Amino acid sequence: MRLGFWAIVLLGGMAVTYTTRLSFLVLIGHDRLPPQIRRSLRFVAPSVLAGLIVPELLLADGHVPATLLQPRLMAGLLAAAVTWRFRNTWLTIAVGMISLWLLSALLPA
Amino acid sequence: MSRGELAAPTRAGAFAEGVRDQLPILLGVIPFGLIFGALAVSQGIPGWAAQGLSLFVFAGSAQFVAAELVGAGAPALVIVFTILVVNLRHLLYSASLAPSLRHLSGRWRVPLAWLLTDEAFATTSARLNRGVQIHAEWYMLGTGLALWSSWQVSTAVGVLLGAQVPAGWSLDFALPLTFMALVAPSLVDRPALGAAASAGVCAVVLAWLPFKLGLVVASLIGIAVGVGLERFRNSAAGVPS
Repeated sequence: MRLGFWAIVLLGGMAVTYTTRLSFLVLIGHDRLPPQIRRSLRFVAPSVLAGLIVPELLLADGHVPATLLQPRLMAGLLAAAVTWRFRNTWLTIAVGMISLWLLSALLPA
Repeated sequence: MSRGELAAPTRAGAFAEGVRDQLPILLGVIPFGLIFGALAVSQGIPGWAAQGLSLFVFAGSAQFVAAELVGAGAPALVIVFTILVVNLRHLLYSASLAPSLRHLSGRWRVPLAWLLTDEAFATTSARLNRGVQIHAEWYMLGTGLALWSSWQVSTAVGVLLGAQVPAGWSLDFALPLTFMALVAPSLVDRPALGAAASAGVCAVVLAWLPFKLGLVVASLIGIAVGVGLERFRNSAAGVPS
């Protein structure tokens, strides 16, 4: 493929991505953040992570499926209960993956 | 993540702790990297360019979208703009970690920003939320480098092997599971719970938006809900906000 095309995609992609990461860490002083924004920062992790997790559990091919009896949703809810109770990453993964494999085998596709 | 935090960690200890906390995430990331390499090649992307995306852009979902767009014949500038939009959430990460890293010199912050991915942010902010501040830069370096090197190697292997990862293993599911374990400790009160719940619901409702914009909008709604609930709680308790 064209070299110029890839130069733009790779270097441009790097520039825009790195700029978002550098933004408040290096480029814009954090002290310049208004207090309201600063107070909102503790909600960033819960919001973004929940926004990544829930669609993974609920959506199949970008849509909410007709029945909620889905292996990913069921396994995810089980894993959520485990993580809430035990606060252990490996245990959460073990329970989530094993129940996903079992439910996928049991539930009709 | 049950470990004693009684003894103050050394720099090397914090680095190792960062690597260790990244291990469960790698279980989900490595298949993701393998798939990326394989998928990129299947889209007609040369192997060196697929590896270049992992080396230079180093952002999983943006790379998948870019590979898709290359396959669809999109012009280079459209692809760059799309990468920007998909990665806008890093602004939030950058702002969120800045207070804890601001005492560091540019020699630390410039390379650490390079490593600021979803995964490095998740582990680093989870540690900070546990109240552990010590050697945060070494922790983040460890967690970020563990991810970076795994991403490079898994991309390369994916490019070489092609689509040979058995999809039936569903290893990608380890990613949301790990995020779950990371988000749980930050749900300390109603505003935080409200933020997570509303962001989760909105991310599903807005999933139809292109370029992962649904995630960006849902996150902003979640943050607004959290701030609103906190303000409501404070005003009910008579605390000036």
